[in-house]
Amino acid sequence: MTTVWSSPPEPMPWFRAAVEDAWLETRTARTVVLDVPGWPGHDAGQHVDVRLTADDGYTATRTYSVASAPEAGRLVLTVQLVGEGEVSPWLVGEARAGDELEVRGPIGGWFRWTESMPEPVLLVAGGSGVVPLMAMVRQKVRSGAATPFHLVYSARTPDHVFYTNELFALARTTPGLRVDRLFSRAGLPDDERAPGRLRPEDLPAADATPVPPRVYVCGPSGFVEAAAGILLAKGHDSGAIRTERFGPSS
Amino acid sequence: MAAAGGLRGHSVCSVTCPGDNGAVDIVTRGFVGRRQGRDPRIPPGQYLERDFPVLSAGPTPRVRQEDWRLDVSTPDGEVTTLGWSDLMALPVQDLTTDIHCVTKWSKLDTTWRAVSVDAVLEAVGAAETDAAFVLVHAEGGYTTNLPLADLRDGRGWVAVGYDGAPLTPEHGGPVRLLVPHLYLWKSAKWLSGLELRREDHPGFWEQLGYHAYGDPWREQRYVGD
Repeated sequence: MTTVWSSPPEPMPWFRAAVEDAWLETRTARTVVLDVPGWPGHDAGQHVDVRLTADDGYTATRTYSVASAPEAGRLVLTVQLVGEGEVSPWLVGEARAGDELEVRGPIGGWFRWTESMPEPVLLVAGGSGVVPLMAMVRQKVRSGAATPFHLVYSARTPDHVFYTNELFALARTTPGLRVDRLFSRAGLPDDERAPGRLRPEDLPAADATPVPPRVYVCGPSGFVEAAAGILLAKGHDSGAIRTERFGPSS
Repeated sequence: MAAAGGLRGHSVCSVTCPGDNGAVDIVTRGFVGRRQGRDPRIPPGQYLERDFPVLSAGPTPRVRQEDWRLDVSTPDGEVTTLGWSDLMALPVQDLTTDIHCVTKWSKLDTTWRAVSVDAVLEAVGAAETDAAFVLVHAEGGYTTNLPLADLRDGRGWVAVGYDGAPLTPEHGGPVRLLVPHLYLWKSAKWLSGLELRREDHPGFWEQLGYHAYGDPWREQRYVGD
């Protein structure tokens, strides 16, 4: 059989990881900081496989987006609890400093941003779909890239917002970063926008920036469908829109 | 799959540590797992999903049935195009099969309406070919590669219906490929072309770190698995 590989590629190794810190973002989502000796780093937007092992050797593996900017030896995940799930209940309800697990990756070369990409960036997040987009925001901030970033982040209610304080601070201190927060069910008393699902006026048109932006949309499937439909109607090229939907990562 | 060899010996697990016999060298404190009665139809590392999650890399293409075209090309560059009515003139069959996504869900006993790739190749006169591979094309530029043998003898399908209804755009309608014995990214949605080739050529995800073949029973998720 002819293959494109000149020699058999090595499988991606599993890395041993230790929980360094963990805190709740909301009542049902937790950020978990992992110390991963040997981890080579990743690109913002990519994900990792997380493997948990019970004391009798039983394992379960799920895929999670990385929330942190690329860094060797360290990874931050934010995991939304899936009630019927197997891995997320442990990560959200049980993980504490010192616990051990394994990670493998990084995975996904498409939904990815690096500061070498010159176009303006439009990020559209639904619920916990903000996680890989937050990695991109953090990477912009850390790299000092002048790339204009516009994050439109829709959450159910103020109780469901991840990274509240960090986004508030970054939006006020980072040149070129705009953050619009929308609520789909119930908002805050001083919101100008009535709560509700994503509307055409919530997203900028392709010509809102001097050059059409590179667009990343992440969220539940229905949200991504709606957002992509609005973006196409507002002149964004289908090839400029990268989407990632929640596969269930229970 | 074992943990990277170089990491062995750093085990700090203390109480019952299966690592002592070399089988496992890490224990996640407090993790028990759900251990749903293991259905032998679920491949390793997969879990049972009852919904049908949607995964795609960009906006959902909207292709009208009457505009749908399938270009089948031979290694010598001959192209034959089928439209919807050409496809419907071929034997459409009902099938029930299990499907497995690389994101780790599996769904059992899914029901489809589909034309076999065998019938499609026969119809375009490409059943006798010296091609060994197929690069599958889809609306929007998506591609995926697989050995031609994996599409033949009733193993590859051109699907037009799911669960008693026409295929919805989200799930690849009007027409998608269905290759149930490989991870689902091989079952290209919004099917638009079958490029028969003498040599293999990696498709979209295959160029982005996913496995060239993708057998769920061998957990061929990523390059090198």
